Amino acid sequence: MDTNSPAGVQTQGPEEGRPVGGQPPSDALIDIRGVKLAYETKDGRLPVLDGVDMQVPEGGFVAVVGPSGCGKSTLTRLIAGLLEPNAGEVWLHGERVTGPKSSVGMAFQNPVLLEWRSVLRNVTLPLELVAPRMPKREKEERALRLLTLVGLEGFERKRPSELSGGMRQRASLCRSIVHKPEVLILDEPFGALDAFTREDLWQTMQKVKSEEPFTGVMITHDLRESIFLADQVIVLSGRPAFTQFTMEIPWKGERDLDLLYTAEGAEMLGELRDQIQIAQGRSPREADA
Amino acid sequence: MNWRLFAPVIAIVVFALLWEAVVWVNDWPNYKMASPSDLGPAFWKFRWLFLEYGWDTLWRTVAGLLLSVLVGLLLGMIMGLNRTMRDALYPLLVGFNAIPKATVVPIIALLFVGAHDMNTILIAFLISFFPIAVSVSIGLSTLEPEYRDILAALGASRFTIFWKIALPKTLPEFFGALKVAVTLAFIGTNLMEIVEPHGRGLGHLFDSGKISADYPLMFAVLIALAVLGILLYYVVVVLERIFAGWAERSPT
Repeated sequence: MDTNSPAGVQTQGPEEGRPVGGQPPSDALIDIRGVKLAYETKDGRLPVLDGVDMQVPEGGFVAVVGPSGCGKSTLTRLIAGLLEPNAGEVWLHGERVTGPKSSVGMAFQNPVLLEWRSVLRNVTLPLELVAPRMPKREKEERALRLLTLVGLEGFERKRPSELSGGMRQRASLCRSIVHKPEVLILDEPFGALDAFTREDLWQTMQKVKSEEPFTGVMITHDLRESIFLADQVIVLSGRPAFTQFTMEIPWKGERDLDLLYTAEGAEMLGELRDQIQIAQGRSPREADA
Repeated sequence: MNWRLFAPVIAIVVFALLWEAVVWVNDWPNYKMASPSDLGPAFWKFRWLFLEYGWDTLWRTVAGLLLSVLVGLLLGMIMGLNRTMRDALYPLLVGFNAIPKATVVPIIALLFVGAHDMNTILIAFLISFFPIAVSVSIGLSTLEPEYRDILAALGASRFTIFWKIALPKTLPEFFGALKVAVTLAFIGTNLMEIVEPHGRGLGHLFDSGKISADYPLMFAVLIALAVLGILLYYVVVVLERIFAGWAERSPT
């Protein structure tokens, strides 16, 4: 299956015909350069992003953290091509992003499963758009493989309403990667889950990443989650947001939860917490004092 | 015996017995209040008219209802997907809905004199499209943006998003409104049938009963209308089970 080719896929981005010039500034799969964006509200312009930079190599996984309402979700919509920046550039695989691409998968805090479809048919949904000519049986085999990978085998014929919160999020994850997207965008995917379920989902996420490699951007509020899953953590400043701090995570491949409780883990978490406090407009450690 | 089927039958029998008893105890003559035992002969005497006129009332109501589903869906889509159109049309619709339809009936009847079928269908439609339009527009306009995004991010067109997500997600609200609309359409049909001279349908049979002071006939028409109303309502319930049964949570 070649889902990277847009053949047979109708992309109807609003800027389809716009000439796109220039060369990609680097060989990173996701390359965001000096992106600025302001929303027009009835109280005037509301600047949300003010100079965000971010590079994600192929196969990389970046976590974006920052204060509430700093524009993290706006950033994901820019990468997905659902919004266009006022200034700066978003590049995906050497192409300037000017509209939605079929090579993006998204999952949100709200699993937004379609209640009238079985779990299996929820997972096959993106294939109906991206690969309309793929035989139904093949679509279902692919979906079933993913459901088995995340531990939902035996639940494929159930309705989403019969699943628990964690299971719904697992199904949503399957749906976001079923069409082998170049980029997986996760917007606080585990934000609504309890702590234990969340840690289970972290393990599942790692398993999925090693079996079905993807390049990912994850928005999160959980610093432990960010260093446990990502290769790189980016801290955005308060609104209007710029890239305030970037941290490389030295851990590679599948990780053990115990790593979070080592001196190294604690040091990284401390550093990130300081950065968040700076982003919130407070001096580090002020809250502790 | 299945109690879910049996219980309503008992309720109907008890109701009929109470009705009979009230008439018997008060010793009312049948020109004051017909009793259930008067209804049998009335039905038998006019059995062919009941079938013929019952069919008229039924198909006119269904035709009016289909029209209001079409127009209601269309208006609901226009208002649900476009903010400006919603702001523009809503007050107009509310105002239109506020007009008691009994006042519209003579206007329509005078407008198209003699076109019984069309007039009746028109009133059934006018009285019943409002709840459908409102519920569809609310269902569409309250769609969470994430639902849109999962398909929009794949480059799906607005129509695809509407067809695959927005429309099926609105079905429970649509059927809720359809249950209200089916009763309203039925009222509309009968209003017109009663008012129009030389008409057809159960409403006309009721009017004939009134003119010839045949009280058992009038009551028999009421019962026939109730039966038809129940029939129509449960057809909608069955359709709802088929197309929006997923919205019903299993009792846990």
